[in-house]
Amino acid sequence: MRTPAFILILTVVAAALYVAFDMVGSDYLFFAGYTVLQYIVLATAWNILGGYCGYVNFGSAGFFAIGVYTTVFFYAVGQRIDEIVPEFLVAPMQLIFPLPLPVLIVTAGAVAGFVGLGMGYLTLRLRGVFFAIATLAFTVVLETFIVNWSFVGGSRGAYIIVPNEVPVFGHLIQFLFALMLVLVIVALTTSRLIERSKLGVGFATIRDDELAAEASGVPTLRLKLVATVVSGALMGMAGAPFPYYIGYVEPGSAFNLSYAVNSIAMPMIGGTTSWVGPLVGALLLGTLQQVATVTISSAVNLLIVGLLLIFFVIIAPRGIVGLIQDRWRGRSKS
Amino acid sequence: MSDTMTAPLLHIDQLGKRFGGFVALDGVDLSVPKGQRLGLIGPNGSGKSTLVNCICGTLQNETGSVTFDGQRIDGMVAHQRTRHGLARSFQLPRPFRSMTVAQNIRVPLLYTVNARAGSHLSHSELDDRCMELLKLVTLDAKAGKYTTDLTQVEMRKLELARAMAAEPKLLIADESMAGLSHSEVEDIVALLIRMNERGVTIIMIEHIMRAVMTFSQRVVVLVSGKKIADGNPDDVMKNTEVVGAYLGT
Repeated sequence: MRTPAFILILTVVAAALYVAFDMVGSDYLFFAGYTVLQYIVLATAWNILGGYCGYVNFGSAGFFAIGVYTTVFFYAVGQRIDEIVPEFLVAPMQLIFPLPLPVLIVTAGAVAGFVGLGMGYLTLRLRGVFFAIATLAFTVVLETFIVNWSFVGGSRGAYIIVPNEVPVFGHLIQFLFALMLVLVIVALTTSRLIERSKLGVGFATIRDDELAAEASGVPTLRLKLVATVVSGALMGMAGAPFPYYIGYVEPGSAFNLSYAVNSIAMPMIGGTTSWVGPLVGALLLGTLQQVATVTISSAVNLLIVGLLLIFFVIIAPRGIVGLIQDRWRGRSKS
Repeated sequence: MSDTMTAPLLHIDQLGKRFGGFVALDGVDLSVPKGQRLGLIGPNGSGKSTLVNCICGTLQNETGSVTFDGQRIDGMVAHQRTRHGLARSFQLPRPFRSMTVAQNIRVPLLYTVNARAGSHLSHSELDDRCMELLKLVTLDAKAGKYTTDLTQVEMRKLELARAMAAEPKLLIADESMAGLSHSEVEDIVALLIRMNERGVTIIMIEHIMRAVMTFSQRVVVLVSGKKIADGNPDDVMKNTEVVGAYLGT
């Protein structure tokens, strides 16, 4: 299937989903759906470096938080224009601010991608567990920095006050849900394009055997940097609408462990070698967590992740997609 | 005669490499002319693989220089050396396990051949080139199989085919016959000779002396990181220092 047809199908499915939720008429569906969609973007983004290249990144929460705090930063700038810019610039700045959310999403993607480039350059000579620890350390450093940066709220957090009604969409949550649907389309299309391109072949060689990849002419470091930038940018984009969604942001929520754990667990459960895996894993795990949140407690969410991970490591180490592929291969052999 | 015609394809000058206190390579000199079949031998721990790794960029030499096709390459990373025309196979086969046999061959075609200036293979040309190489190593019937379905000798052949796919000027085959049966060794030697007949200079590192004697036009012996003999295979085998190194004095 060609990319334009793929995008068209995704758009139709997204539109159908939006209309279906709208017809039900419950805002809760949009709230819960937003979280699941956010995890689809995060899981797909993680998979570009973790699944395609085989570099396990524990820094998802850090990149997500970069997106969150990019929005908070520009919101804070908009609130204090007259304090932070010279007087002659106040009027033109007030015309620009507050920045529209789509602009913030793109900006957050650029900032997170740039940070991803820096992190990749510093850490991608490490492999395996050493790389994983370095990405974890990156998140801790970033969180410490944010906690001590009072302009974006520091440890006390920041309130984002936005109107609850949005033109065309009505409720803000419906607008955020629609934006997240667009991000899902962007993330899935990017992931699928990578998988089917020369870049995807290069990523697969890095995952399989980096030494053999270099010997075959694959510029492994450059490719890993590309993966870190794309992955980081998508995670940052997923984080940008979060302050509008939650209304109050503090480091504990932006750098929450659940983002790192879910971004890893969802592709692992769905399957890491294809763009479909993170989608399946995020839909399954994200929906289960939302159901558990309203029926039992949100405290059981990580327990669900843990149990499912153990189950899949034993039953299907290559995830749901890998399991289906193995069955398919076995059938075609026989 | 011009310099380019007389200059060796590979020239190593006083190459040195240490691992902590252990001297793996101690001022090794080596010149390999274009088109030659060179056998590199030596007991375990003599520095053969370290030498290969330093030539190919997997390890960085600490002293000396490596000049390939008239250009210093010891500052280059491994993939740049491959693109420059220097390919290798590994002692233990390192296939891309998530890919089929044909996809394995496609990697160097995409990343080395297509990366060279003025060269861009279309999809059909890539397929043709893959099949041509797989026929050369008699793996064409397994093109669509995953590498987990290959036997040991097929895995070795895939290693060599993948190295050849980079269209190298020099191929270094690192113990391509280890663990193979008598007939399989003959098969690989014949294959390496066929590759050499295509104009590729080959350095073969091997312990199987029968294969070395059949294959090599020249033999170099390394012992304790030093070159102790270099010359015609028959003469080298009679060299008392070489006999001493292998049998003990």
